[in-house]
Amino acid sequence: MSHGHTTGKRTAGWMGIHRGHQARPVERLAEWFIVGVSFSTIAVVFLIFIFVGKEALPLLLGRENSALLTEVIPAADLEKIPPAKLRAYLDLTPEQFAAMDKETLKALMEVREEALKEIPEEVRKDQDARVNTTEWRYLVLPHQWSGYDKPEYIWQPVGNIHKYNLVPLIVGSLKTTLIGLAFAVPLALGAAIYVSQLARPRVKEWVKPGIELLSGIPSVVMGTFALIVMASFFQKIFGYEVRLNAFVAGIALGLAVIPLVFSIAEDALTSVPRAYTQAALALGASKWQAAYQVVLPSALPGVFAAVVLGFGRAIGETMIVLLVCSASVMSWSIFDSARSITTTIAAEMAEAVSGGHHYRILFLLGAFLFAVTFVINLIGDVVIHRLKTQLEGKRA
Amino acid sequence: MKTLLKQFPALAVTLALAASAHAGNITVKGSDTMVILAQKWAEVYMGKHSEVKLQVTGGGSGTGFAALQNKTTDLCNASRKIKSAENGNCIKAFGKRPTEYAVAIDGLSVYVNADNPVKELSLEQLEKIFTGKAKNWKEVGGPDAPITIYSRENSSGTYEFFKEHVLKGKDFVASAQTMPGTAAVLQAVAKDKHGIGYGGAAYGAGAKHVLVKADDGSPGVDPTEENVVGKKYPIWRFLYIYVNPALDKGEVAAYLNWIRSDDGQKVVKDVGYFPLPATLRNK
Repeated sequence: MSHGHTTGKRTAGWMGIHRGHQARPVERLAEWFIVGVSFSTIAVVFLIFIFVGKEALPLLLGRENSALLTEVIPAADLEKIPPAKLRAYLDLTPEQFAAMDKETLKALMEVREEALKEIPEEVRKDQDARVNTTEWRYLVLPHQWSGYDKPEYIWQPVGNIHKYNLVPLIVGSLKTTLIGLAFAVPLALGAAIYVSQLARPRVKEWVKPGIELLSGIPSVVMGTFALIVMASFFQKIFGYEVRLNAFVAGIALGLAVIPLVFSIAEDALTSVPRAYTQAALALGASKWQAAYQVVLPSALPGVFAAVVLGFGRAIGETMIVLLVCSASVMSWSIFDSARSITTTIAAEMAEAVSGGHHYRILFLLGAFLFAVTFVINLIGDVVIHRLKTQLEGKRA
Repeated sequence: MKTLLKQFPALAVTLALAASAHAGNITVKGSDTMVILAQKWAEVYMGKHSEVKLQVTGGGSGTGFAALQNKTTDLCNASRKIKSAENGNCIKAFGKRPTEYAVAIDGLSVYVNADNPVKELSLEQLEKIFTGKAKNWKEVGGPDAPITIYSRENSSGTYEFFKEHVLKGKDFVASAQTMPGTAAVLQAVAKDKHGIGYGGAAYGAGAKHVLVKADDGSPGVDPTEENVVGKKYPIWRFLYIYVNPALDKGEVAAYLNWIRSDDGQKVVKDVGYFPLPATLRNK
């Protein structure tokens, strides 16, 4: 980094004090600073992942138990049970346990008794009340809960029996994201090709900022717009039954993703050397042929990166989906409602008892989302790298 | 602690001073349903007692309880009763259960679109509609059209209350749209001809609510103050404030007393909830 001056002409140093090969002190400082900043960014990402993972860990290790009916020791037996067992029963750390007097312990035991009494009689007889719903088979496989006619994927985290099936949420996230991308990618890429290759400079000057202006719309505003205007508008056109559905959310998501995909794709297309187009035109290709058959393939890595980033943006977007649709229906139909993972986390985290199973499940969802975006970005990176080497190989 | 204070009067004085300095600034956190009410209370109270500063934030009843247990708030607004797990957490954090004060009564209205001819529904019909057993309006005396259900986010106290008292603990049908607030529910029902939703009666202005029957034989009841406070209207709940008993003194206690006085209860009425009957105020 600082060896740029080993050959070539010597430069006058900062304020003429230093000359020669060494980096100047201010540059050194700036360099250290930049290195520090970039490493701290990586560190923060790791810390977030560790934090999210740590909160979800008891669940992954199967330590969480959401069964409604658990063994209850009567508060009157406080003196009889050994301290170690009492501590485990009340779920206290050794420090907490040591700091508590008899009265507090008794109050805690009474709370446990009350919790059991709060459960209505008919629920107590329900076989589901003994089920630990945080086990993997309840999280990912359909289950026939009492009151349902057939095994179903159910997300109903609040209530007597906590049903935590993750499949409807994953389907919901994928559904809205894919609809959004199916709408946004062709439009954004088309616009990028037009602006970078075909448009006259005057048109380009207007269209490019116009599209990029879309990214300035806050997602809350976009969501509200979709909720009030777009939902009714599309219902008139398509006549679907459920007014707020995955399709409306997907289109609104698409609008949020378009400027991102457009900017990156347009940059990639513009940075293809002019000589390519000129060569194609000289060989008798039309402007369109040059754009589609020469420029687009050469810019493919950048275009691909745009789509991958668009996917990340769409699957991570919360507000739009939260506002537009949020029923946790298990359905692949685009005109049914959907509930995305991000919506679920945003809407439910505030009320989840801190450290409880619902809280842990939400963190598990967060970790899952993190992993998905990470893997998608990784795959994107690998593919881009391959494409680049391929293209460069052909060039050579 | 008590013996310690007896032994060191100076310490007691310092602590009391510290407590009063702290009490001049009261933080209130919790139920979103109660935010408007709590802000109005704070506004009126601060107008009369300029030495007290009240800070009101929402976030949800559960958030309020979490803050109460972390001691980051003095008062916790809750639109539902405290859960035993939360009681346990509070005992772990400060050795005692939080003290519960009922501060107002709220009736839940059931809303339908203005064009919907259905005028009244029984609790049983409501349960059928919201659990998905009745899917068409003609099953409950309306036109032949599918029912679209608008519900609240499951983090809302209103959701839990409705689930427990109207659905009798059964699950909402999966296709129920969960909206981020009562206003959003109303807005959606106003736009959707076949929609039905529920929410606090305070939001009712401008929307069509149905009369609710306790059972098929009884008459439909309007959620008016008289009917809700007189317990004729079947879907109602208390709104609560919870406080760490150690803090329930000085300014905080004065504020809580004021809330349940005639002055405080007048604010309840202004905001659109129903005041506590006099018999309940001193508990």
